[in-house]
Amino acid sequence: MRLVILDNYDLASEWAAKYICNRIIQFKPGQDRYFTLGLPTGLPRNHPESYHSYMWNNFFKHIDIDPNNAHILDGNAADLQAECDAFEKKIKEAGGIDLFVGGIGPDGHIAFNEPGSSLVSRTRLKTLAMDTILANAKYFDGDLTKVPTMALTVGVGTVMDAREVMILITGAHKAFALYKAIEEGVNHMWTVSAFQQHPRTIFVCDEDATLELRVKTVKYFKGLMHVHNKLVDPLFSMKDGN
Amino acid sequence: MRGEQGAAGARVLQFTNCRILRGGKLLREDLWVRGGRILDPEKLFFEERRVADERRDCGGRILAPGFIDVQINGGFGVDFSQATENVCSGVALVARRILSHGVTSFCPTLVTSPPEVYHKVVPQIPVKSGGPHGAGVLGLHLEGPFISREKRGAHPEAHLRSFEANAFQDLLATYGPLDNVRIVTLAPELGRSHEVIRELTARGICVSLGHSVADLRAAEDAVWSGATFITHLFNAMLPFHHRDPGIVGLLTSDRLPAGRCIFYGMIADGTHTNPAALRIAHRAHPQGLVLVTDAIPALGLGNGRHTLGQQEVEVDGLTAYVAGTKTLSGSIAPMDVCVRHFLQATGCSVESALEAASLHPAQLLGLEKSKGTLDFGADADFVVLDDSLHVQATYISGELVWQAEAARQ
Repeated sequence: MRLVILDNYDLASEWAAKYICNRIIQFKPGQDRYFTLGLPTGLPRNHPESYHSYMWNNFFKHIDIDPNNAHILDGNAADLQAECDAFEKKIKEAGGIDLFVGGIGPDGHIAFNEPGSSLVSRTRLKTLAMDTILANAKYFDGDLTKVPTMALTVGVGTVMDAREVMILITGAHKAFALYKAIEEGVNHMWTVSAFQQHPRTIFVCDEDATLELRVKTVKYFKGLMHVHNKLVDPLFSMKDGN
Repeated sequence: MRGEQGAAGARVLQFTNCRILRGGKLLREDLWVRGGRILDPEKLFFEERRVADERRDCGGRILAPGFIDVQINGGFGVDFSQATENVCSGVALVARRILSHGVTSFCPTLVTSPPEVYHKVVPQIPVKSGGPHGAGVLGLHLEGPFISREKRGAHPEAHLRSFEANAFQDLLATYGPLDNVRIVTLAPELGRSHEVIRELTARGICVSLGHSVADLRAAEDAVWSGATFITHLFNAMLPFHHRDPGIVGLLTSDRLPAGRCIFYGMIADGTHTNPAALRIAHRAHPQGLVLVTDAIPALGLGNGRHTLGQQEVEVDGLTAYVAGTKTLSGSIAPMDVCVRHFLQATGCSVESALEAASLHPAQLLGLEKSKGTLDFGADADFVVLDDSLHVQATYISGELVWQAEAARQ
């Protein structure tokens, strides 16, 4: 894996964004060659804090993507299992995910694959752990009764199929999860640990998130920053000269 | 009608690189328009899976709801209170010219006149949607003749009336049918005013208190009967007194119906209200402040002497005098000038200044779902402003209806 450590949240975000840009440019996407970016999903629609609103306000409205190329799991579908199966099929038809970008929960979960999720799981309906419900309460005015308790999510196996995985971790409250994910063994109680067996994983974090790691680990990867920073050197935009 | 025909298939316009006034804040957001209304882009993206048909770069400017002027007596030589042979074209001329001031809707105002004038003029000025032809007419504002003799100001004494005899019937006899009427200014101390106020309110007509010597108690009672507006605060009413605040006291009265907001018009042309008075009112009750021009026919005529009906008026910059005297003859500051002056005099936020000219008049008239706002579903009437709040372009129903010279390519 690569472990990229930046000083703070903003720098970590910026580094990650530049990296994603460069990966897309290097891929040389075109009319018939789509770069498939995977993002974790969850929350039912038709709620002010629905994932759709979240994705619109934080991502889609800032970029010029064709709406037909944005696929989000529909938490209001009549047959949820069919919805999940169809989603897996769409991924396959798109040629697989080129880069999956996700975060990590305080309990070490990736997407909504709570502790105990199978490490080979696929897209499915999950009941959320109390930790996750508490973490999401801030989107519902702190009212626990309003937080959805079930969510559709991509599985650990689904993400493992991606050609590259990037995990973003910031904040001291995630530090223990990061430790469990990269310095301990592969364990379904800390599902992010599954990516130790992925050929191409990159963890991007801030100083606070490294608080539970060994000094040796942190020093090693910080020493590699000059190499890591080459990955975010500006490349020519796709738009300049083709 | 606007927005009805094949809205789903209509062109989607995306105004980008701008700051829009929404929820009382200037947000860095795009404004989406379709079928003459503000569109929710999230729904468009997820449900219809469509992108914009056309993008317009706004050069980092401010997009605010179009200004609404609820008190304007005429302009460009046109006097709404004159029963001329071409009332319609007079209104149309003013409607078109005020687009450059950022006004997208207005209430043509008639001052105290004899019944014949009302009977002739009122039916000829119907409510009308705005467009490239001009700002929309929301309805008429009838200021008088049921006002105080003592506080008539420039209104002709001979035509003042009372409704003591037959209350609402007297009013109907004076004005004629009220279909086109939106606001009536009257003095609540006149006998049987409460019956009249209640009747007007029941018909959806906004009752405004003005040209009156009412004390605070009488004003409060009028509000209980249904009055919701004060015509040009401070002018043509008893001055604020610390033991009897008069109509001005409504701004801070605790005897009003719960949840009711009293609105008040202010002429912020730099002449008719001392900036200190403007600030007192704004600080006491910012939510209710409605900017009005109360413009007279000399508006927009340029410096020099002009003959308007029976009057000779001398225009000098933003002030109009009775020719040869130093007596003020009425306001001639355009709405955008009022907004800028209000901003500068009160030191309020840009958002507050813009809302005083758009959201608040819309709320006064109960139109805040479709006018005075850039919320989804509202009519796409808006102005493009630079940072010093000069109007660069005016849009009605999402269509460009006026553009500043410099902005034209």
